[in-house]
Amino acid sequence: MGLTYQSTGQSSTREIFHTLADDCDYVIALAGNPNTGKSTVFNALTGLRQHTGNWPGKTVQRAEGSYIYKSHRYRLIDLPGTYSLLSNSADEEVARDFICFARPDATIVVVDATCLERNLNLALQVMEITGRVVICVNLIDEARRKKIRIDTDKLSKRLGVPVVATAARSGEGMPRLKELVSDVANKRVQTKPQPVRYSQDVEDAIARLEPRVKAIVGNSINSRWLTLRLLDGDTRLVQTMENYLNAGKTVPVMPVGQEGLA
Amino acid sequence: MQKSLIPLLEDAQEIAGLRRNQLQDNIVASIYSTAEQIAGEVVSHTSPKRQDLDRQIDNILTSPIWGFPIMFGVLAVVFWVTIVGANIPSNLLATGLFWIEERLTDLFMALNAPGWLHGFLVLGVYRSLAWVVSVMLPPMAIFFPLFTLLEDLGYLPRVAFNLDRFFKKAGAHGKQALTMSMGFGCNAAGIIACRIIESPRERLIATLTNNFVPCNGRFPTLIALVSIFIAGSVSLSLSSFIATLTVAGLVVFGITVTLAISWLLSITILRGELSSFALELPPYRRPLLGQVLVRSVLDRTIFVLSRAVVIAAPAGGLIWILANTTVDGASLLSTLAGWLDTPAKFMGLDGFILLAFILGLPANEIVLPILLMSYVCGGAMTELASLADLRHLLVEQHGWTWLTALCTMIFSLCHWPCGTTLLTIQREQRSRRWTLLAALIPTAVGVVVCVFINNLVRLLDLV
Repeated sequence: MGLTYQSTGQSSTREIFHTLADDCDYVIALAGNPNTGKSTVFNALTGLRQHTGNWPGKTVQRAEGSYIYKSHRYRLIDLPGTYSLLSNSADEEVARDFICFARPDATIVVVDATCLERNLNLALQVMEITGRVVICVNLIDEARRKKIRIDTDKLSKRLGVPVVATAARSGEGMPRLKELVSDVANKRVQTKPQPVRYSQDVEDAIARLEPRVKAIVGNSINSRWLTLRLLDGDTRLVQTMENYLNAGKTVPVMPVGQEGLA
Repeated sequence: MQKSLIPLLEDAQEIAGLRRNQLQDNIVASIYSTAEQIAGEVVSHTSPKRQDLDRQIDNILTSPIWGFPIMFGVLAVVFWVTIVGANIPSNLLATGLFWIEERLTDLFMALNAPGWLHGFLVLGVYRSLAWVVSVMLPPMAIFFPLFTLLEDLGYLPRVAFNLDRFFKKAGAHGKQALTMSMGFGCNAAGIIACRIIESPRERLIATLTNNFVPCNGRFPTLIALVSIFIAGSVSLSLSSFIATLTVAGLVVFGITVTLAISWLLSITILRGELSSFALELPPYRRPLLGQVLVRSVLDRTIFVLSRAVVIAAPAGGLIWILANTTVDGASLLSTLAGWLDTPAKFMGLDGFILLAFILGLPANEIVLPILLMSYVCGGAMTELASLADLRHLLVEQHGWTWLTALCTMIFSLCHWPCGTTLLTIQREQRSRRWTLLAALIPTAVGVVVCVFINNLVRLLDLV
């Protein structure tokens, strides 16, 4: 009997991303569009406890840091800024693979309050992979200046995940963000992500295929999302998935630099 | 127990079937409309936003109906201003620079300098420089600021947006619209820009077809050729109108060829998957006029001109030598041109034109100066004081017709990329085969189109 995805489990897939859970209690991913102040959020959360390097086998910059909240250590992984997780750019692939395979305890999606609509596309796509999401509506100060009002309670209800408005530059909302992240990470709060409803023919195709996908991947990966990718014909994802499913850890791992303060 | 998703992938392909592209679009559309709906519910504005104005402008500039006519119109206005505006300074520069040539000749005479030295330096090097400056500088000095202005306004991403669906239909990546737009600046830069395309297949398509849009070196060539040829043949207002349409038409032709060849490549040697991307339309900005002027003059005009000058000076000397070294009673230049004459004539060109393209391999900027130089050196006429004389040289002495001009312009659009671009392709792709193909494809297209047009026009007795 070969190694299956379930038997190799979470810790081994995390190893591939060099995110050992040993030295921290929770792993948190930070996703967001470019120019949403994602780095500012990252800096505001981690301060100077940061390391930079490259993603394994990719020329994509990677930063990670950690912070302590209520005596738990949270390791924060800064994913590349992307507009979506659908296409094949190296950035998007890194972000998607991390959320999908390293299965962080929570994913913060930073969205720009001044153009929420465009930013929600990424949030919706992240929520298709994982429900453990906290939406950080950043640049809320700029939105106020532009007389844009955002009803975060309604947004939270509509998406089914916690939402917090922040202005990372001034630190506004950061304590609340940490609180929500800890709630989601240690499952004090159960999220109920509202899935995107597709057109009837897509939904029909999903209904036909999803049970069989589920039979293979179990609960380890969101089967609805994976079914969609199969329908998409995303052969690269399937290839990566194959490696995880059958060989566990033989995905090529390149050495990463973890030294130096950012 | 081995578990695999691959059989499921095959089933999924079967379920999706022929509608897969449509399915992908459906998925993306559903995500976008959900985002739009949610944003609509939770966001409220208490004051009208500037973004709304941007969006209204975008709706017009990128509308399926108005997008293309507006693009063509903008293009035409830019060319028209360039052609009309360049006419007078070109004449002034030509007059001034050739007056200096006469004084230089006087100087050499007074110093009793040997004839070959005068020929090489004045009639070769100096004269080709004078051609480069007077024929190329004015169009560049007008065209580049206008083009930079469009860039600064934020119009180019809208152009890319308009073209995106065509590239998709051609089986190429939407980002190719961007790399193609870069190609309008410089094909070598456009090739480097192809790095933004992740899929190797689509990047190759973009690389191989980048040369079909005229770069900074060829734009002035086209504009100068059009102005020389058409100026004076009909009344000024009509001629500038025809000239504008010609250049704009050539650009549209170049884009069409880009799409056609992309499509051909994607169904033959570069078959494969389509990938999608998000194109962010940046907000419109008020351009900083000072910056536009400085950037376009320093970065583009001076850069292109100095490159042309650096290459044209030795090329001018070389041509003078070729024209004045005689073997068996004929100059090397006319012998070489004679060899090329038969195939060139079949393409609607002549031996000198084809030779100029070959000698112009280092930089497209010098093709026209080389051509004029070889005509002048080869012919009896040595005094050219104005653009009208140039026209005379082409039409009366070398039998140019509108067909010759058209074929020359088409060949300028579709022939091997310049040396720099070829080196860049080699560096980016690390493959002699693809570099060779990048030279062969446009050349083949150019030859086929020129032969076709030339013979069709002759068959129909239109010249």
